Amino acid sequence: MGTALPKRLTHLERLETEAIQIMRDVVADADRPVMLYSIGKDSAVMLHLARRAFHPAPPPFPLLHIDTTWKFRDMYAMRERMARDSGMELIVYVNREGLGQGISPFTHGSAVYTDVMKTQALRQALDAHGFDAAFGGARRDEEQSRAKERILSFRTAQHRWDPKNQRPELWALYNTRKRKGESLRAFPLSNWTELDVWQYIHVHEVPIVPLYLAAPRPVVERDGTLIMVDDGRMPLDPGEQPQLRRVRFRTLGCYPLSGAIESEADSVPAIIEEMLRATTSERHGRLIDRDTPASMERKKQEGYF
Amino acid sequence: MESCAPRVQGQTFAEYLHGQERKTLLRFIACGSVDDGKSTLIGRLLYECQTLFDDQLAALAADSRRHGTQGAALDFALLLDGLSAEREQGITIDVAYRQFATDKRRFIVADAPGHEQYTRNMVTGASTADCAVILVDARKGVLTQTRRHSYLASLVGIRSVALVVNKMDLVAHAEPAFRAIDEEYRAFATTLGLDGVTCIPVSALEGDNVRVHSERMPWYTGPTLLEYLETVATPEESRQLAPFRLPVQWVNRPALDFRGFAGTVLSGSVRPGDRVRVLPSGHTTAVSRIVTADGDLDVAVAGQAVTLTLADEIDISRGDVIAQADAPAGVADQFQATVVWMGAEPMLRGRSYLMRIGCKWVTATIAPLKYRIDVSSLEHVAATKLELNEIGVCAIELDQAVAFDPYDENREMGAFILVDRITNHTVGAGMLHFALRRSQNVHWQQLDVDKQARASLKHQRPAVLWLTGLSGAGKSTISNLVERELHRLGRHTYVLDGDNVRHGLNKDLGFTDADRVENIRRVAEVARLMVDAGLIVIVSFISPFRSERQMARGLFAAGEFLEVHVDAPLAVVEERDPKGLYRKARAGELQNFTGIDAPYEPPVAPELRLDTAVTTPAQAAAAVLELLELNGVLGP
Repeated sequence: MGTALPKRLTHLERLETEAIQIMRDVVADADRPVMLYSIGKDSAVMLHLARRAFHPAPPPFPLLHIDTTWKFRDMYAMRERMARDSGMELIVYVNREGLGQGISPFTHGSAVYTDVMKTQALRQALDAHGFDAAFGGARRDEEQSRAKERILSFRTAQHRWDPKNQRPELWALYNTRKRKGESLRAFPLSNWTELDVWQYIHVHEVPIVPLYLAAPRPVVERDGTLIMVDDGRMPLDPGEQPQLRRVRFRTLGCYPLSGAIESEADSVPAIIEEMLRATTSERHGRLIDRDTPASMERKKQEGYF
Repeated sequence: MESCAPRVQGQTFAEYLHGQERKTLLRFIACGSVDDGKSTLIGRLLYECQTLFDDQLAALAADSRRHGTQGAALDFALLLDGLSAEREQGITIDVAYRQFATDKRRFIVADAPGHEQYTRNMVTGASTADCAVILVDARKGVLTQTRRHSYLASLVGIRSVALVVNKMDLVAHAEPAFRAIDEEYRAFATTLGLDGVTCIPVSALEGDNVRVHSERMPWYTGPTLLEYLETVATPEESRQLAPFRLPVQWVNRPALDFRGFAGTVLSGSVRPGDRVRVLPSGHTTAVSRIVTADGDLDVAVAGQAVTLTLADEIDISRGDVIAQADAPAGVADQFQATVVWMGAEPMLRGRSYLMRIGCKWVTATIAPLKYRIDVSSLEHVAATKLELNEIGVCAIELDQAVAFDPYDENREMGAFILVDRITNHTVGAGMLHFALRRSQNVHWQQLDVDKQARASLKHQRPAVLWLTGLSGAGKSTISNLVERELHRLGRHTYVLDGDNVRHGLNKDLGFTDADRVENIRRVAEVARLMVDAGLIVIVSFISPFRSERQMARGLFAAGEFLEVHVDAPLAVVEERDPKGLYRKARAGELQNFTGIDAPYEPPVAPELRLDTAVTTPAQAAAAVLELLELNGVLGP
């Protein structure tokens, strides 16, 4: 022992170890953990890491997809494929009540829609299944205000986040203790950047939804944002004609709320090259953040990720 | 502006990408106050490394015009001032982690705000840092604050420090100003054992010596701040050369024929065939395989998350440590440690907390504090408790032995956190120095006649009835009635009464919070011995704190500890005032009186609650006997 020359770990290896360590810790101390699976690139990396963390066993928790029913068709296909490949249980939760009330991004605006179909739906799903720990793919670099986010975030039995009572996180000694009824959210990718995520996807050949890669797609331009017409439910303004443009997405969510960018990047290295030359931040294409100032902060207090 | 990334010239993008994937990671903490230009410096680093996008820069330019202090120029400090809004809302202000990269390294900088809660925040940020960047204002030089930052960095084991002498533009970029600070700081740093010190003259505002060498300071030939950060050695190498340690995080058993022990290698390296010792049990075996999703490895080194399989079937669970057989970690249950207190409630001697060390959770009790360390003067000060943001050295006793290395030798094996048993908040961070030998020489003597044997002779099941409540609530009256009835039934009992015990065993204790904690610890231990003797013990103590009652409960087997809340409103007990104590307390003749000027924390889920405002003593005693009956204490 001790004869091995020091091996230089790369930044991706150190980030990977940290994420795996967080996952193993949370799973060991939780009664009923779950992984929130949104099908996007961060979820893809998180799922990949989970499979590595518990290899050769499958990850000892189910995947939970909060389905608004407005995801891209390609995303649904990817979801089914990954559930099959990973051998994990996939739980799909839809807020039927919201659906029954006819709430859609077109009729109610993104604020109400997100609250009902995502925030409330998530709470309902966690309660219905009694999950006490949920993994999410949020990263600190996504927004300046997220820089001080904890890796473990505690919620009361009512799913409230109390910003005045967050715990300091020292060394890799995560405090996973909670009372009955309380739950925690864990963010294993906290210290990753968008670039790290793409480099990791490249090195590990992590499967991603093809929408991240540039291809000709039918889009309409609204308030300077390119929205893809993914199915027949998209109401078009009089005279509005979808145009075929070569676009891709930097973030994926509900198709009516995801802005595309014009791009020639049709491979992961090309995406990375484009990113390195990029001049706008990732969340720029996300319509949710623009609603009101500090809207992320408020959504989080209400239980949104 | 020439950019940090990407410099693709002269190579294909694929080559460039390959190089980018080989970058190392450096975590550092930036210490200083806003006045030293810390936010400006971090903002400048992000800007120089093109971490800022056009939309963020546009927002920054707008903010700078509106709120900035730099005229038309970009005010980088505003980038990081998200915290000011939080301060107004009373949100906990602590460490922010920001990411940036150059072509050589990826960086995570911990930014701990400079004023309130400083000790807690800085220790938190520094606990994961490989090196520290400490800022001073070139006009002010080394201040008390600088010494404090350096001490805290050294306390958590940081050895490499860059002293950034900022605002050189305000001292005309003059060399003598810088040299004086450089000399003074080096002399001080040596006393702390900080051997790797690099001093850099900088103007964060104008970018001098941040990325590019300053033309205004040709006399400075050392590295720029980014050059320093790109090249400073990480503790990785020494960590890999230390003895092998892997705390077991998760036992992986997907099938009957596979039993793997998953964890992160904290130090050293391991190969299949290596002899290992499992701690605390001490069993030795050999490593069979190093299992990963990429296939089995020939070697795993510090910093890698792996799964080991072992040659022999040994009982191993989460929290055990797999260590190099010929250089194992120590095993002990009493330590001397430095504790940094982070809880709003003070740390009290005798109080017990949950403690996490490695992957193990144990119960830790604080033994007498040796001294507190004044963070400004570094003097040792006598103390009986630690308040928020105070640092002290004390002995810690655990309820079971754990594997450890001294923090100075192995950061990850000697660090621990303390967690409040009731709120579950992280209230302390600690560093183990050495084991106290006492525990290894005092073994629990195993006797042939045990608790079971003693109790069965008495035809009863031993138990402790723990009566808690305000003075005058009726605890003594009820315990007297209950014991009389038990005696009549031929049961063997003993009443531990608060006043009586204070006449003898606890007569050295007063009524401060610290003494109340010790009071309860002693009576709980006495009750435990009596339960071991087979008795039904009735403890009649105000016992105002949940934490100590929880600690007492933890000393007994499941079903042995029955908590009874003898409850009555303050107005009622004050009216009764059987000993005339409330009157005295109201008159200011008695200090620290529970219910008046000392808190009482009612039980959340007692086995029984008696409201003595509405029940008679006889009814209450009957309810207690029914509780004993239900729990099988009275026997057949």
